[in-house]
Amino acid sequence: MIGTNSARAQAAENLLSIKGLKTHFATRAGVVKAVDGVDIELAKGEILGLVGESGSGKSITGFSILGLIDPPGRVVSGSMTYNGKDLTALNEEGWRQLRGGDIAMIFQDPSMTLNPVLRIDAQMIEAMQAHANVNRAQAYARAREVLVMVGIPSPDERLRSYPHELSGGMRQRIAIAIALMNKPGLIIADEPTTALDVSIQGQIIHEMKKLCRQVGTALIWVTHDLAVVAGLADRIAVMYAGRIVELGTTEEIIENPRHPYTKGLIDSVPSRSTRGSRLHQIPGMTPSLLNLPQGCAFRERCAYAVAACGDEPLNTIEPDGRAYRCWNPLGGPRP
Amino acid sequence: MLLFIINRLIQAAGAVVVMSMLVFIGLYLIGDPTAMLVSPEANDLERAAVRQAFGLDQPIWMQYLTFVGNAARGDFGRSFLTGQPAMQLILERMPATIEMVVVAIGFAVLVGVPLGMLAGLRPKAASSKAVMTVSILGFSLPTFWIGLMLIMFFSVYLGLLPSSGRGSTVSVGGLSLSVLTPDGWRHLILPALTLGLAKAALIIRVTRAATREVLPMDYIKFARAKGVRPRRVVGVHLLRNILIPIVTVTGLEFGQAVAFAVVTETVFAWPGMGKLLIDSIIILDRPVVVAYLVLMVFFLIMLNLVVDILYMAIDPTAREKVRD
Ligand SMILES: Nc1ncnc2c1ncn2[C@@H]1O[C@H](COP(=O)(O)OP(=O)(O)O)[C@@H](O)[C@H]1O
Ligand code: SF4
Ligand SMILES: [Mg+2]
Repeated sequence: MIGTNSARAQAAENLLSIKGLKTHFATRAGVVKAVDGVDIELAKGEILGLVGESGSGKSITGFSILGLIDPPGRVVSGSMTYNGKDLTALNEEGWRQLRGGDIAMIFQDPSMTLNPVLRIDAQMIEAMQAHANVNRAQAYARAREVLVMVGIPSPDERLRSYPHELSGGMRQRIAIAIALMNKPGLIIADEPTTALDVSIQGQIIHEMKKLCRQVGTALIWVTHDLAVVAGLADRIAVMYAGRIVELGTTEEIIENPRHPYTKGLIDSVPSRSTRGSRLHQIPGMTPSLLNLPQGCAFRERCAYAVAACGDEPLNTIEPDGRAYRCWNPLGGPRP
Repeated sequence: MLLFIINRLIQAAGAVVVMSMLVFIGLYLIGDPTAMLVSPEANDLERAAVRQAFGLDQPIWMQYLTFVGNAARGDFGRSFLTGQPAMQLILERMPATIEMVVVAIGFAVLVGVPLGMLAGLRPKAASSKAVMTVSILGFSLPTFWIGLMLIMFFSVYLGLLPSSGRGSTVSVGGLSLSVLTPDGWRHLILPALTLGLAKAALIIRVTRAATREVLPMDYIKFARAKGVRPRRVVGVHLLRNILIPIVTVTGLEFGQAVAFAVVTETVFAWPGMGKLLIDSIIILDRPVVVAYLVLMVFFLIMLNLVVDILYMAIDPTAREKVRD
């Protein structure tokens, strides 16, 4: 498996390295700590699933990596390097070259991501011309090529279409094709299948995995649905209230979750054994990120809470790279 | 598309008929134009003769039918005052009005759209706040007052620009135009500015509101995530989307300005249609008023058609609707 733990120890080899990322929003009601100390290490070609309930800060993490946080939001601290390049030192033009060139992003709602008044060809050609000194014909040829790669039949006809003439699944394939245009080293896919039919969802996940493996593109797949990344990701990071509360290989996370929140997520996934019976839902709601109380943010909803949980849980990192933030992990502290 | 245009023309014809009826009845109720057609000393016999000559002794429906019959042949009657054909009288004045309005609206768009976008892109900047404050003044101050102030400053105080009239004109294909001579331009600037400032203020506000609405859209963020240069994000992705409300307002304002340019035309003694309309209403010159309103209804509907065609050029979903 790519990026297993000993290899990851050498941070120099990592494609993306994020440490202590904090992105806060200064709102009238107070400071919303949407991302509050996130660490991500990603090897070249690795697929990471970033999982958590809605509002846990997944999208804001993605936008922070691309420098796309708009006021009142701000990256207040943390370090980010991509391919050894310090992202926090970039100027606007540096960010622009990074976006869509080195790191591409796919958004959640395909009905909103394409500009309704511009033809697909214009929207694809500009994506290439923003990064490469190519003429229209060259960019068009590349657009055609990536459309074929993502499995779009009669690409010339699609290129002449406007977004509203295409289905949701088709539009999302086009967004994926746009992400692939400049052969980025990393694609951040922010819940790209959430708005789609289940059947199309499966197809897209399958194709995306194939494409990334073929080209060697790393992928951060953001989702609220653990089942989606179970068959896709090399590793999974579970996010809760602006923090990554558990991290491990997909197998470890699914088979042997340590954090009670991860377990809650797994139990709420419908499976063959639970079909027909009522699903176990995590009680309560995602807390407001405004004025989070002291201690573990999951405390109010946690069946395993102990007295120590009134204090901030430290990040326990096991020798194999497995990490969790919990005072009373499932399976007890390992020897 | 052709069907759509034909459909619109039929609508236009219907509206013209209804409008002419309403105006006919309205003017009939307001008063009897006989008084202005005969001398004050005329006796009843003479009055009756005049009434008969102009068909004013007929019942109103009969007068209307006669009017429709003539109008169908392009004859809208003659002005009671000058005896000239009413339509010709109006059409002679039309280039002056349209010319001034085109310059005014052109100015308003060229100034209003960039300033509105600026204010929308950086709502917190001091410059944006200044623009918005001035724009409030722009459309709350009465036009005539702005006109008088401009005259005071540029004509009376600086002595730079003339305060009235149209200056020298050049005839192009039967239309006399001021925009083609330097002297014409000097005369045109102040009235066009007076009319244009209020329109610019409105366009600034509409553009700003549209910009604020489109900016948070996913497709703008996606364009940025693609690495598209800021200039293109604003100039293509944003602009193409805010054009729809801008075109709507500009079209409406253009129509308004042409049909009711009377205040500006009066302040600057600009020999346009608005002035003619007011004069004709005052003296109950029915043929001119009716012809004017018929012409305006037709003009506004044509303008609407142009706006709809522009929509289709801008918005692909509008094109779709027409096709269905
Ligand atoms: N513009 C904003 N102003 C204030 N708070 C924001 C803004 N954008 C996002 N947030 C907050 O950040 C938190 C995380 O949002 P997000 O990353 O979109 O969550 P998700 O995990 O569903 O993608 C949310 O609780 C939201 O309230
Ligand atoms: S730290 Fe305590 S409250 Fe938080 S998840 Fe662990 S056991 Fe539950
Ligand atoms: Mg999200």
